[in-house]
Amino acid sequence: MSDGGAGEGGGTGGDGGGGDETAPSPTPITDADYDEWLDALAAGEGYALVCPDGHGSLPPRRRCPECGSDALSREPLDEIGRVETFSVVHVPSPRFADDAPYVTAVVDLGPVRATGVVRGVDPEGDAVEVGLSVAAGVEERETDGEPLVTFRPVDGE
Amino acid sequence: MTDVRVAGVGLTRFGSHADRAGRDLFATAAERAFEDAGVPREDVEELNYGNFMGALAEHQGHQAPLMAEAAGVRCPATRYESACASAGVAVREAVRTVAAGDADVVLAGGMERMTNLPTAEVTEGLAMAADDLFEVRSGVTFPGAYALMAAAYFEAYGGSRRDLSHVASKNHENALPNEYAQYRREVSVEEAMDAPPVAEPLHLYDACPITDGASALVIVSAEYAADHDVDAPVAVTGTGQGTDRMALGDREYLARTPAADDAAEAAYAAAGVGPDDVDVAEVHDCFTIAEVLALESLGLFEVGEGVGAAREGVTTADGDLPVNLSGGLKAKGHPVGATGGSQIAELTRLLRGDHPNSEHVADAEVGVAHNAGGTVASAVVHVLEVAE
Repeated sequence: MSDGGAGEGGGTGGDGGGGDETAPSPTPITDADYDEWLDALAAGEGYALVCPDGHGSLPPRRRCPECGSDALSREPLDEIGRVETFSVVHVPSPRFADDAPYVTAVVDLGPVRATGVVRGVDPEGDAVEVGLSVAAGVEERETDGEPLVTFRPVDGE
Repeated sequence: MTDVRVAGVGLTRFGSHADRAGRDLFATAAERAFEDAGVPREDVEELNYGNFMGALAEHQGHQAPLMAEAAGVRCPATRYESACASAGVAVREAVRTVAAGDADVVLAGGMERMTNLPTAEVTEGLAMAADDLFEVRSGVTFPGAYALMAAAYFEAYGGSRRDLSHVASKNHENALPNEYAQYRREVSVEEAMDAPPVAEPLHLYDACPITDGASALVIVSAEYAADHDVDAPVAVTGTGQGTDRMALGDREYLARTPAADDAAEAAYAAAGVGPDDVDVAEVHDCFTIAEVLALESLGLFEVGEGVGAAREGVTTADGDLPVNLSGGLKAKGHPVGATGGSQIAELTRLLRGDHPNSEHVADAEVGVAHNAGGTVASAVVHVLEVAE
């Protein structure tokens, strides 16, 4: 494997249907349900899968991970989420070599939480705090252009 | 349950073994375990072997038969993988096998090689213990995940970076006399505070090092020990395991570890002891905050009160409840797939009285070992007691 850092992840893929063997970063698995969810989030139509007991989860799911129910329905995510915890990452994995430093955060989006990177803030500043109001979306990783779940601060008045 | 004993323990030095293949490291640990136990190899009925990222580090899958060869045993051999709890689950299955009467002698332990990989690849490899779709692709590194837990802990219960620096300093001090430890040097609280950030609020000395090493234990029934005149004064009286949602963000608690709560509850129940009976503990301090969460899951401190334990001197070597007298993962080192076995080895030595830090727990009768995988989506707890 390459130890060259920045992006050359060593080509784990190979079953992706051809054409992108020069992709700079490994994508160990692909999943159509996940990709569909990511596309929806990018379009501002993010959703969670919710069981009759109200447990939320993200695809791919065939059963509720909390109670095992297969009666999962799509429910929209809250438009404004709340940062529950965050960290300023200084030492990244190769997939994020050019993104660091960056702020990773777990955000409550109503029926489910999501994990992503906070954009639109100075990572070294004090702009991010627990309770910060953010909107979820999808942007590109700086390192390799792959899609990334992101959060941007919104006026939470 | 059949009375289960630790007949012998073996460790390699933890640290960098750049010129030694994994099979050679495990062979060394096994050699030492057999020597310590006085049990002949041909009596071994099963090998339970823990390893996490051997396919990445050494391009070697199917390691169990390889390690059986290396150890010089021929018996059913199985590799266990539960991230950083790989050896913990391997030992647990050995204990259950002997307790059930299915075998009298089981060799259990683990091995990891890590230092031969560039740091970036180790970071990527360790991140495999997290949810790739929902965490790793969103920028969560292994230190980053524990940083999220630390920040959530501070928010919910208070505590500070300084409290965590005391954990680091304590464990480094404990490692000083340990001949197997990777870092046998003091780290002051101020030095830890001033170290560069890895994933805030965690800084360099909040994190365990990258380590090569192996551990091996000879687990036997008390009946076998008696029949074969094997000196095995330490018993494994309880074992428990717990599982949580894989991704941190999917859990009910961001600053608690219910998988370890469940593991501890089961282990205590099997042993017929409780947190108040514990004299000494080895816990999974891959990051300083992880020691805090472990103490609370083990019931040794109330939720939200474990963060001050090292600063207040309760868990230091001369405190009421010494924790990580081995140096912990923090200073002794963390060869991921070997750690769970190493903890039991160190606890056994502490309880037998032949550990360089045994003087601090001279009257100890009950010890507890806590081994965690990922951000504690997996947890294993063992109770060890002086039986004779």
